[in-house]
Amino acid sequence: MSERPKTLPRQSATFSAEVNAEIRRAAATGIYDIRGGGAKRRVPHFDDLLFLGASISRYPLEGYREACGTSVTLGGRHASRPIELAIPITIAGMSFGSLSGQAKEALGRGATLAGTSTTTGDGGMTEEERGHSERLVYQYLPSRYGMNPDDLRRADAIEIVVGQGAKPGGGGMLLGQKINERVAGMRDLPQGIDQRSACRHPDWTGPDDLEIKILELREVTGWEKPIYVKIGGARPYYDTALAVKAGADVVVLDGMQGGTAATQDVFIEHVGQPTLACIRPAVRALQELGLHREVQLVVSGGIRTGADVAKALALGADAVSIGTAALIALGDNDPKWEAEYQAMGTTAGAYDDWHEGRDPAGITTQDPALAARLDPVAAGRRLRNYLNVLTLECQTIARACGKSHVHNLEPEDLCALTVEAAAMAGVPLAGTDWIPGRGGY
Amino acid sequence: MTVLDMAQMRLREVNATLQAAAKARGNDGFEVINPRGSHAVAVGLDGPLSVTVRGSTGYYCAGMNKAATVTVAGSAGPGVAENMMSGMVVVEGDASQYAGATGRGGMLVVRGNAASRCGISMKGIDIVVQGNIGHMSAFMAQKGNLVVLGDAGDALGDSLYEARLFVRGCVASLGTDCVEKEMRAEHLDLLSGLLAKAGVDADPASFRRYGSARKLYHFDIDNAAAY
Repeated sequence: MSERPKTLPRQSATFSAEVNAEIRRAAATGIYDIRGGGAKRRVPHFDDLLFLGASISRYPLEGYREACGTSVTLGGRHASRPIELAIPITIAGMSFGSLSGQAKEALGRGATLAGTSTTTGDGGMTEEERGHSERLVYQYLPSRYGMNPDDLRRADAIEIVVGQGAKPGGGGMLLGQKINERVAGMRDLPQGIDQRSACRHPDWTGPDDLEIKILELREVTGWEKPIYVKIGGARPYYDTALAVKAGADVVVLDGMQGGTAATQDVFIEHVGQPTLACIRPAVRALQELGLHREVQLVVSGGIRTGADVAKALALGADAVSIGTAALIALGDNDPKWEAEYQAMGTTAGAYDDWHEGRDPAGITTQDPALAARLDPVAAGRRLRNYLNVLTLECQTIARACGKSHVHNLEPEDLCALTVEAAAMAGVPLAGTDWIPGRGGY
Repeated sequence: MTVLDMAQMRLREVNATLQAAAKARGNDGFEVINPRGSHAVAVGLDGPLSVTVRGSTGYYCAGMNKAATVTVAGSAGPGVAENMMSGMVVVEGDASQYAGATGRGGMLVVRGNAASRCGISMKGIDIVVQGNIGHMSAFMAQKGNLVVLGDAGDALGDSLYEARLFVRGCVASLGTDCVEKEMRAEHLDLLSGLLAKAGVDADPASFRRYGSARKLYHFDIDNAAAY
């Protein structure tokens, strides 16, 4: 007697195993999930764009022979000492506190070797970081932890942080286990307590106030330093226009794939726009103000390859900034620590409990024994190598498009693989001349 | 005494002159006249200079001050003495919102009233207000002392860390995690010194002390309703 055919077990697309696990975790603990990093969900991204390359009407430059420039100057609008970078790739702001001193030193070393800048973060400037960073951008944050005029003057540029892509509208919380004596001292708070980083600045509100705050910072630093304004990918057109109106020399635009040290998962995954969706509105704001290229646009959030760099530049950015990728280059989430990741219930590539301070790679920790695992000299060299590869890849693509400088890349060099990416990037869907939203349809 | 006339000089010239003099040390002092509500007057001074601003100022007067003594013979706009590191700033009139915000040292004295968020996120500064202060003052205040001879508005000391608050008048309401605390002899001594330094004649025993209950120092889901 034959068995009656059975219906195969079917998992729900809505209530997936991942979703169900989160429901069970929430039910058991009563608290939301906190993690580091940026959005993990699939969103339209640079992978959905392709370069067209050369053709009969566009001829290429000779690889390995003809020059393709990569330098960029940031901050020439008002600052008497703009920053000159050899490559259009910078290191994003990450705090000492969330990162170990060794990691911060390695970022400074790698950036300096590659001819670019690195950036402080919440918690102030450390001597190691200043000492190993030829070009250091000082973040001016809502918490003002460690803020002092001497460090403002020692910086090469000042970045006023209004928001970040992982959490536009959100502040932060550095948990007590990472607040050792040094971190606590720099922040004027007791050791071992959870430290809240405010979500809004304590002494200004809105673009008119921001203009006055920028004036004060310029007066304190003698109008020497470029002033950046960093915004999260919330309303890129208006925020870019308002930052420029307030007097910014540089706008740093961070999409939702941009990382954070620690925030609620629900915030990271559900607030803000993908990087790809943010660039063209910001560029349009600059163009309409007649300040595209005079005020530089630095784009961050999910930059991984030289192709990503080239695509961001082609869409109108002047430079990009990397955070997560830089940490991976240093050694974050390296499979060589797999046994320790497994012991913490995760795996290499997925480890994101950076706020707990137990990073086996010694990067997102203040534990002296773990931090000592990271050799800042060797890690700095790895970062330099990675930055060099990004640059070479970007140049390779630019030459193929016939450009003698990476800034000559343009939207006309691109097409999109999906309707969504075509609409967001404002480039034609591959095989068509259709840009969704343009020409009335 | 050197006089800088803001009807004749640009802000950049005025600040550059004051900053250079503060760095050089040993000057007799400066008087800034006709400020006419200008922003960022006498900011970023780094040295023992004496500056008197005759008239009222806009935002951030004496911001980030180090070691200098700045007197505003008038009222001050938002953020006076913000992020002050050391020295003394005296406002003879009233101060607008965010007075002494994020200050890390030195003393700010307001002879009149201070508006909302006085001492917000203060990190070691001492602030003495002879009049009243507005709502949400000492919000997330980390360190230092806030002394108020008049009344305090709503939500005083909300999300307070280790700053100490002394109020002689009425407190409209206390913010989350801010509680009244016992005034012990050491606090009376501290307060007596602060009042004397500010040039204020008042009996320390007539004040009440407020500080953090420290219930929010570690995130606890059972405290979620407090946020």
